[in-house]
Amino acid sequence: MWLVKMAWKNIWRNRNRTLITMSSIFFAVILSVLTTSLKQGAFDNLVKNVVSFYAGYIQVHKNGYWDEQNLDNSFEASNKIENKILETPNISDVSPRLESFALASSRDLTKGCLIIGIDPTKEDKITHLKSKIVQGGYLKADDKGVLLAAGLADRLKLKLNDTIVLISQGYHGATAAGKYPIKGILKFGSPELNEKMLAMPLATAQDFFSAYGMITTYVLSIRKTKELEETAIAARSALGEEYEVMSWEEIMPDIKQHIQTDTNNMKYVSGVLYMLICFGIFGTLLMMMTERKFEMGMLVAIGMRKGKLLLLFLLESVFTVFIGCLLGIVASIPVVHYFNKRPLRFGGSTAEAFARFGFEPVFPTSTDAANFINQGVIVLIIGLVLSLYPAYVILRLDPVSAMKR
Amino acid sequence: MTNGKAIIDAHNISKIYNADTIPVYAVNNVHLHIEEGEFTALVGPSGSGKTTLLNLIGGLDKADAGNIYINNIDITKLSAGKLIDFRLKNIGFVFQSFNLIPVLTAKENVEFIMLLQGAGKTERLQRVQQLFKEIGLEDKLNSRPAELSGGQQQRVAVARALASKPRFVLADEPTANLDSKSAANLLDIMEMLNKEEKITFLFSTHDQRVIQRARRVVTLVDGAVAEDTSNTMMNGKL
Ligand SMILES: Nc1ncnc2c1ncn2[C@@H]1O[C@H](COP(=O)(O)OP(=O)(O)OP(=O)(O)O)[C@@H](O)[C@H]1O
Ligand SMILES: [Mg+2]
Repeated sequence: MWLVKMAWKNIWRNRNRTLITMSSIFFAVILSVLTTSLKQGAFDNLVKNVVSFYAGYIQVHKNGYWDEQNLDNSFEASNKIENKILETPNISDVSPRLESFALASSRDLTKGCLIIGIDPTKEDKITHLKSKIVQGGYLKADDKGVLLAAGLADRLKLKLNDTIVLISQGYHGATAAGKYPIKGILKFGSPELNEKMLAMPLATAQDFFSAYGMITTYVLSIRKTKELEETAIAARSALGEEYEVMSWEEIMPDIKQHIQTDTNNMKYVSGVLYMLICFGIFGTLLMMMTERKFEMGMLVAIGMRKGKLLLLFLLESVFTVFIGCLLGIVASIPVVHYFNKRPLRFGGSTAEAFARFGFEPVFPTSTDAANFINQGVIVLIIGLVLSLYPAYVILRLDPVSAMKR
Repeated sequence: MTNGKAIIDAHNISKIYNADTIPVYAVNNVHLHIEEGEFTALVGPSGSGKTTLLNLIGGLDKADAGNIYINNIDITKLSAGKLIDFRLKNIGFVFQSFNLIPVLTAKENVEFIMLLQGAGKTERLQRVQQLFKEIGLEDKLNSRPAELSGGQQQRVAVARALASKPRFVLADEPTANLDSKSAANLLDIMEMLNKEEKITFLFSTHDQRVIQRARRVVTLVDGAVAEDTSNTMMNGKL
């Protein structure tokens, strides 16, 4: 106990040095918490956007559909499967889709398009399709009309309430053709969807493709987004071999890749940051050791065991680093929350990359407690590892040469 | 003098620096026998080996040859760790300067040694009271070293050296940084402790006035004992 008291007194003997060390640790923690929360927040936001506007967190198809996306790989929708999916822990909603390609034409223009037959209510729960409507109204389950993406409507020079002609190949080679009124115009951020997408009620789509009762996809949403992989695995084993269960990471590997690359780049940034912290702490340690060399020698000379002396110096480091870390964590909480409420706006290539996926480059920080704790602990460990240097010096200390002036 | 109880018994001790280039015989084949109750000064020109010899006797440095018996224990045979404990229990040290831990008060500096020994609180307080009375600094118990004069600091250092109740104190130029008045004052205290508590003192010095107050003077030249005289007559007069 007296050793603890003495350590506490020692850290304040050179108040400025201790304050400099503490504040360098303090700012290091804030900086590293902020950068990780920012990145984490950006990724969370990206994922949320991407999955919520089209793909969903998880998709269920008939086994083999992903490699050969055509109607022959569709399967019969049933309450039994839907229930099985919903019974899987962490899955909140499920929505059926029948997706296939078709040629869409107006008077003299023809374009390829992606038809998705949807359950309007369930689909909206997952991808908020209703919110993408810029003209007209949303679909009802028994509507015979369609929703057309704005880009596609422009290309075909079609307006609300015009009629669109669709031609395609139906289930088992049947011919599919039909005329549909345009009930609404959809605006997507993603250029790809905006140029291609056409939505109609599931029953209408099944009728068009002569695929009665069939669907190609169940789109699922989940509650705890962190448990994506576990949930996919659980659904996979519940549904069996007949179906393929894919997480968004498998559906959109490019986004996964993007996050991975950025995370790796981030590691270099953190690495440099940690290195600066190291030099900062080490510098003051060196200064302190030189200044107190005589004293250390004297203490050993008069009979202080090296183990005790080592403990003393270790306690001093622990106090300094711990206080700096703690204050850093405490101070970073409001900072991170501020940037959560008032998100940063990115420019440059990052902005472009995000625009490609169709949303604003605005990033609220993640307020995940793990970021605070992890960064705090990392800096704490750095500090403690560095304080092995005084320990090393003490173990090799020779009182006679230490007391030589 | 030879029938007293030996506290220090150094046989043929040598310390050689730079053995493989140009050897320096800092201590060269020294015999030194110190008995309980002695008040001995170690003198000699600068570089004659006083500090080195004191370090060897105090177990701070390893001798290259010879044996050193302290209280009949050959400290040259002790491991580094054992030696630290041995110093704590048996030897009091007073250095030329910077003896005290700056963040602790005078009282805490003296208590420190007893904390290292694991002494209880009442025992510590009693001893501290007694020692501060002896060094005449009862009013400076709670002063930091920086608030004490050099002479006061050295007196606290003497108290600290005695806190663990060692049989003898080694002091390397304890008065070198003091004015003559403070030096005389420190010597008074050392002498008093020597007479009243039978503490054996071995101290090195350059100061003629300090040498005069020793009862025995051992002179080193080039690491060897050149002269060993007793000042009994002079002390008898005092
Ligand atoms: N670490 C060392 N390496 C090499 N030589 C040393 C070392 N320490 C002491 N010496 C040499 O040993 C000799 C004795 O030194 P020591 O310090 O014991 O002398 P001293 O009598 O205490 O001198 P002073 O009166 O100046 O304090 C000197 O010649 C010195 O140069
Ligand atoms: Mg010397």
